[in-house]
Amino acid sequence: MLKPRVSWRALAVQVLLVGALAALASFAASNAAQKLARQGIVAGFGFLGRPAGFDIGQSLIPYAAATATYLDAFLVGLLNTLLVSGLAIVLATGLGFAVGIARRADNPLVRAFAAAYVELFRNLPLLLQLLVWYVAVRVALPPASDPATLGQAAFLSQRGLFLPRPDFLGLAAVVPLAFVAALAATGLLLRARRRAVALGKKPVPVLWPGALLCLGLPALAWIGLGLAGHPVPVAWPMRGPYDIEGGLPVRPEFAALLLGLSTYSAAFIAEIVRSGLDSVARGQREAAAALSLSRAQTLRLVVLPQALRVIVPPLTSQYLNITKNSSLAVLIGYPDLVHVFMGTVLNQTNQAVEVVSLTMCVYLSLSLATALVMNRHNARVAGSRT
Amino acid sequence: MSSDGNPERFVRAAMIPPAPPPRRLGGPLARIRATLFPDLANGLVTLAILAALVWLVPAAFRFLVVDAIWTGASGEACRPEVTGRPVGACWAFIGDKINYLAYGSYPAAERWRPNLFFGLLAFGAAWMLWLGAPKRAWGAVYLFVAVPVLAYLLLAGLPALGLASVATALWGGLLVTVVVSGVGIVAALPLGILLALGRRSDWPVIRILSIGFIEFWRGVPLITVLFMANVMLPLFLPGDLTVDRLVRPLVGIALFASAYMAEVVRGGLQAIPVGQRQAALALGLTPFQATRAVVLPQALKIVVPGIVNTLIGLFKDTTLVAIVGLADFVRVLEAARADPRWSAPAVPVTAYVFAALFYFAVCFGMARYAGFIERRLAAGDAR
Repeated sequence: MLKPRVSWRALAVQVLLVGALAALASFAASNAAQKLARQGIVAGFGFLGRPAGFDIGQSLIPYAAATATYLDAFLVGLLNTLLVSGLAIVLATGLGFAVGIARRADNPLVRAFAAAYVELFRNLPLLLQLLVWYVAVRVALPPASDPATLGQAAFLSQRGLFLPRPDFLGLAAVVPLAFVAALAATGLLLRARRRAVALGKKPVPVLWPGALLCLGLPALAWIGLGLAGHPVPVAWPMRGPYDIEGGLPVRPEFAALLLGLSTYSAAFIAEIVRSGLDSVARGQREAAAALSLSRAQTLRLVVLPQALRVIVPPLTSQYLNITKNSSLAVLIGYPDLVHVFMGTVLNQTNQAVEVVSLTMCVYLSLSLATALVMNRHNARVAGSRT
Repeated sequence: MSSDGNPERFVRAAMIPPAPPPRRLGGPLARIRATLFPDLANGLVTLAILAALVWLVPAAFRFLVVDAIWTGASGEACRPEVTGRPVGACWAFIGDKINYLAYGSYPAAERWRPNLFFGLLAFGAAWMLWLGAPKRAWGAVYLFVAVPVLAYLLLAGLPALGLASVATALWGGLLVTVVVSGVGIVAALPLGILLALGRRSDWPVIRILSIGFIEFWRGVPLITVLFMANVMLPLFLPGDLTVDRLVRPLVGIALFASAYMAEVVRGGLQAIPVGQRQAALALGLTPFQATRAVVLPQALKIVVPGIVNTLIGLFKDTTLVAIVGLADFVRVLEAARADPRWSAPAVPVTAYVFAALFYFAVCFGMARYAGFIERRLAAGDAR
């Protein structure tokens, strides 16, 4: 290979390009500075410390309109975005794998049903689907004046689902700690199983003991605390004069967004799973059948592990799409990052440059972080191929 | 156990009874049994799907056709207590609002202009999509240069030509949806090709700028891009220069779509063997000529399905411009169904069904076309 000569023309073009872009940027910046000065807006992120003074319908952290700052509003929005995208990712993955596998089922009716699902959900705009889900969820629920109730402990109406909210503060923090400990123990079990498989020994069961641990240990801690005379405090939802008060509200906006995002993305994930299944050579199935593995075993032990190599990279970008698509929350009024920050905060403060760049930074860093994790995973999967 | 003491050897002493004949393997009944009812679980799923179909298909047919209301002047016609029979879709509502859905508030006397625009666009699209059409290079020039200019003159108007100006605030419905996705694709394709070439450039500055541009737009949601175009674009322009409310989201969509288009085109460029370029250079073509005449035509041919898929995504994404206040198809439909004259329980359902049918027809049609091209290309490769 010849070492390319330094081309003066190439150098000149690139220097000129950089210069032109810098000039354009400084021109735009000076225009923006002039206009901002004329509007009396102080540039910078100082506004984040100012009191926000507006309420947010759903928040994972304590948030009160009277005392909260714009930074609190930003955090509430960010957490809401992460919550709905995280749950949607889990649901869409489950549904998507089921539909994708169904598209390669032996039963032609099941295949046709799965294909119809994919074509229907993939070919309609998400925004339209969200509108329909929102209307459907609200129509399906009882009116706010006459909520459905489960022994006065939980209520369901058009305002949302109201659940009792345990407060894991003080001594009650033992319960979440027990859950974390159970998770860690399950992780250890998983490692033991991997080692047993690698050594060719009988593998340790993980699924049932793990599930039992994760559910049982916190429950034990809860009951134990109660018996010891320090019961976990629970905030029960109550019927107020106009609406249900207290408790843990799950809003219909959240439910509609979650349903819409999950069913829409599941169609795309199903296509990814299908192409992954198609990428596994036919002989693999035939060999598994010859070894008298059942169809379920063939899928679980032979086909899916190989298909995952093809599935995981596009699945990752689909997960990112779910996170980005969760910004359609603004349409139906779920208080996600875009709704709270780019909507309300931007309108109140007019700090356009700061608000827009901060919001975009959040999504960009989510994208970059996911890309990094996935690149490492891919390197591991590709490395284990030999 | 055999008698010679060797446990490895086995000799059967008794005759085994003959096995029953195998179950029928051929014929339609056997095939139905093998595919639809191979075991209990599968059989139950089959029955469940059949039951759902038996319930769903007649119900949908009744809603869409039998019980539907086809004529009427107001929501009264679509109320079951007025008609005295169950009411399905209220097509009379769509019929009453069809002009609004197609053109928004575009003046009635000037509606021939959007119609002509739709015609010009359809002609160009057919020219490009029909693979056997003559002079497809001219088709590209027509679609990417002539149609945008003509469309601007036609839709916005030019008093010097005798076409009255129509403010973009009056545009709406299908017109805005088509304009937004059309501008998106017309701007994104050339820009995307440039970015894809830039990403593979030997010049580091170009490469880094292209990568940064592509990854930035692909990393943020379209809504934030639209918000940004709405509030920040006017800030960056000098003096009192303002940008039309329709143009702001268009700029955002064009930049956003070009990043996705760049990745599609890059896939095509990567699929072309490096020998093609080397052979072109060996024949004495300059690097520019090699790209333009050898690599790019082959790459663009194989990315047609990808381009159509990007176009489908873009078409679905145009609904987001409703959030920044443009009167696109969905927003106009929402406005129409809120009309108090047409207040009936059947109207919102009809509106959503109509929108779903419309978007499904367009997107599914385009997806089918992409699949057709893909199969054709695969057949060409197999030869």
